Amino acid sequence: MASPPLLRVQHLHKRYGDAEVVKDLAFEIGLGECLGVIGPNGAGKTTTIRMCLGLTTPDGGSIEALGLQMPRDALAIKAQLGVVSQFDTLDPDFTCAENILVYGRYFGMKDAAIRARIPQLLEFASLTSKAGAKPGELSGGMKRRLSLARALVNDPRLLLLDEPTTGLDPQARHLMWERLQLLLQQGKSILLTTHFMDEAERLCSRLLVLDHGCKIAEGRPRDLIAQHLEPDVVEVYGNGALALVDSPLRSHASRVEVSGETVFFYTANAASLLSALGAHPQFRILHRPANLEDLFLKLTGRQIREDA
Amino acid sequence: MSNASHWRAPRLSLRFWPVFLRNLLVWRKLAIPSLVGNIAEPLMWLVAFGYGMGALVGQVTVHGEQVPYILFLASGSICMSAMQAASFEALYSAFSRMHVQKTWDGIMNAPVGLDDIVLAEMLWAAFKSLFTVTAILGVMLGLGISHSPKLLLSWPILLGVGITFSCMALVFNALAKGYDFFTYYFTLFLTPMMFLSGIFFPLEQLPAVVRTAADWLPLSNAVALVRPLFMDQWPTNVLQHATVLVVYAVVSFWVALSLTRRRFAK
Repeated sequence: MASPPLLRVQHLHKRYGDAEVVKDLAFEIGLGECLGVIGPNGAGKTTTIRMCLGLTTPDGGSIEALGLQMPRDALAIKAQLGVVSQFDTLDPDFTCAENILVYGRYFGMKDAAIRARIPQLLEFASLTSKAGAKPGELSGGMKRRLSLARALVNDPRLLLLDEPTTGLDPQARHLMWERLQLLLQQGKSILLTTHFMDEAERLCSRLLVLDHGCKIAEGRPRDLIAQHLEPDVVEVYGNGALALVDSPLRSHASRVEVSGETVFFYTANAASLLSALGAHPQFRILHRPANLEDLFLKLTGRQIREDA
Repeated sequence: MSNASHWRAPRLSLRFWPVFLRNLLVWRKLAIPSLVGNIAEPLMWLVAFGYGMGALVGQVTVHGEQVPYILFLASGSICMSAMQAASFEALYSAFSRMHVQKTWDGIMNAPVGLDDIVLAEMLWAAFKSLFTVTAILGVMLGLGISHSPKLLLSWPILLGVGITFSCMALVFNALAKGYDFFTYYFTLFLTPMMFLSGIFFPLEQLPAVVRTAADWLPLSNAVALVRPLFMDQWPTNVLQHATVLVVYAVVSFWVALSLTRRRFAK
């Protein structure tokens, strides 16, 4: 990276009682970069974001943002950040425009300067026609976009987005992605946590996989898939499919996983596997390239977490 | 967890102002209905008790001087209104913003610290209480209960009373898990205090032990400062009464802030 990182986290530690929720975590975000943080619930994603915002004090390590130290310079750092938290914190008593106005004042902005920005922020969020509506009258996607517009009021260089599309329908999610891509094109940097692998793959130039507070993988999405997975996946589902696990078919795959009634063959030799499966027309077969979800499940396991 | 750090000195700045403005902007939209609620009840008490009971009681003796019961009650109940308005705002309304709407969390993502948010909520509750009290004072003047020019001085004192009770209420706001918790504060603390602070009847009628304890209640000290002004007299022991209120305010604010920091550190 030519320019110094906007955010640099080193040897970050956090414990709650006996539980170590973040262990020796390190990462950086460069100019114009979108770093995705993925991991199961309880992996330490939100705690890490809270520490980056100075809302939770780390037990060890350092966080440097925009050339300043967190938590010492928390307010100076936050003056240059845009944050969308996991749950909407919009003011229900204010209209969309008022929500932005009131939020801009927290940054010490003059009313005239904020009012001048409101139309373009509302337009960015596709909420121009809703300027006078209150959050209670908005759909889930509109509320999230208003939260994003509000976070942009101070024209931040770095955005911290905690699960910005959780709970949205596909249309709303795609619109959010489009807006985030626009921000990246404008040169903004983004730290994003998400549970959607297609979102991570589409938006993020680099990914950080967290589990139990540890970084278990880091890299570009395509590189990570190539590095950890076989290129193809063949899913087989149907009565008696589970018996295939111990059949000679298995030799065509380098790895086999079972989830429920479905058998997943991970293979570099899909053609020979598919032709062998031709002898079993009773099964339903899905052949696809390996994706980020496969990687995620391989690295963090298929079992449901207690707090999930 | 370094619990000692929750008790560090308050770090206050002018960044509280936009948070105060935020509450003002919401209130402006709902001011009229909220004002009706805030002043209608205390005035009904005053009129019903003051004229109803007043007819039975006639005169009450305060510091050896005979005063009409309605004047006695009005001077006490104005302090009670300041207390209730501040407490209500710093409990139910502040809790809604802090816990239910997560307004505070949103503000803390901007460059405003928790200390300034708590300061803004405290001053806001005091301001609302002053607004209520001003409206009630206006009605009392209209009813001709007192015409003393010294009443002007009761105004800053009642702001102080509002501040003291906002600070105290914010302690319980920091500890609350839900609205139900506040019922305890009102029923077990504020209501008994109303009866022990010489609002409805003179404290001289109480046993000596109870009177000594009552001398240290914030509301009785507030009444001791405000009632003489209604009677066109100067209060006595001003420094002592004011000190009691200030100590309650400062200690409560610090405790409230520390407990709120602990709440948000999770």
